[in-house]
Amino acid sequence: MRELSLNILDIVTNSIEAEATRVIIAIEERQSQNLLRIRIKDNGRGMDEEFVSKALDPFMTTRTTRSVGMGLSLFRQSAEQSGGDLDIQSQPGVGSLVTATFELDNINRPPLGNMAESLVNLIVGSIDVHFCYLHKTDFGHLCFDSYWLFARMAESESDIYDQVAPAKRLLREKLKEIKSKSF
Amino acid sequence: MKTLADLRAIKEKAKMEMATREQSAKYRISVAMGTCGIAAGARNVMSAILDEMSKRNIQDVHVTQTGCLGYCDQEPMVQVTGPHNNTITYGKVSPELARKIIAEHVQRDKVLADHVFK
Repeated sequence: MRELSLNILDIVTNSIEAEATRVIIAIEERQSQNLLRIRIKDNGRGMDEEFVSKALDPFMTTRTTRSVGMGLSLFRQSAEQSGGDLDIQSQPGVGSLVTATFELDNINRPPLGNMAESLVNLIVGSIDVHFCYLHKTDFGHLCFDSYWLFARMAESESDIYDQVAPAKRLLREKLKEIKSKSF
Repeated sequence: MKTLADLRAIKEKAKMEMATREQSAKYRISVAMGTCGIAAGARNVMSAILDEMSKRNIQDVHVTQTGCLGYCDQEPMVQVTGPHNNTITYGKVSPELARKIIAEHVQRDKVLADHVFK
């Protein structure tokens, strides 16, 4: 994956397939600690210990259409080659938490990329899921909730697809405000 | 300032509208968003579709995302399901082709035969 925002899109797709109704994506960038941390938390069906240990194996998948599942192993590879790691906490019937850490200035760390695209496409593509996006940097923080689109839709009595461009624009602007120079 | 109850009501209303839309939709479009699809550029394909839907003010189409379809080498893949549940699957879809699918297949009922995955 060229951008971490694509890995995030991929991991959240797992959450949706695990029938999550709530997904929280939390990103923390700390130049002071040379740290980038990405956390994805869902209330999907969760995994038992044995499943978690298998989940990072590229030759493990729940899918029936092909027999390899690369999503989590690719994300882990990105983290590990950037001086960080990937951790999965999960409980059956409760949900999962995937945490990936990276050295912010590591030369192998892929750029975060276009989070606005990943997030808004997820919201519109899975209308039944409630998404919450948090992004903290040394310069400020941002919080975006999928209710934003629905509220805009209700206020303007317009189509949800008409909210896509404004939502992406807003997110891009807000992210720019809190971005550190290294991005 | 909206209360939590207001927000819930807004969301329920939006969900109901989307459910009605899904039922009455002439076409249902689904973008394959497995790891393979995403790596091959499915996110930009989805963006192009959403953008074109808004630009052309299309009301009777429902867009959703799905997982891997099992033909990873043909990604990004887009499926268009018509009024009689007949599904056409397009392979190696670029954002430009995605826009064309909306303009031709969805709006003019013209299947883009050259790009259909068989």
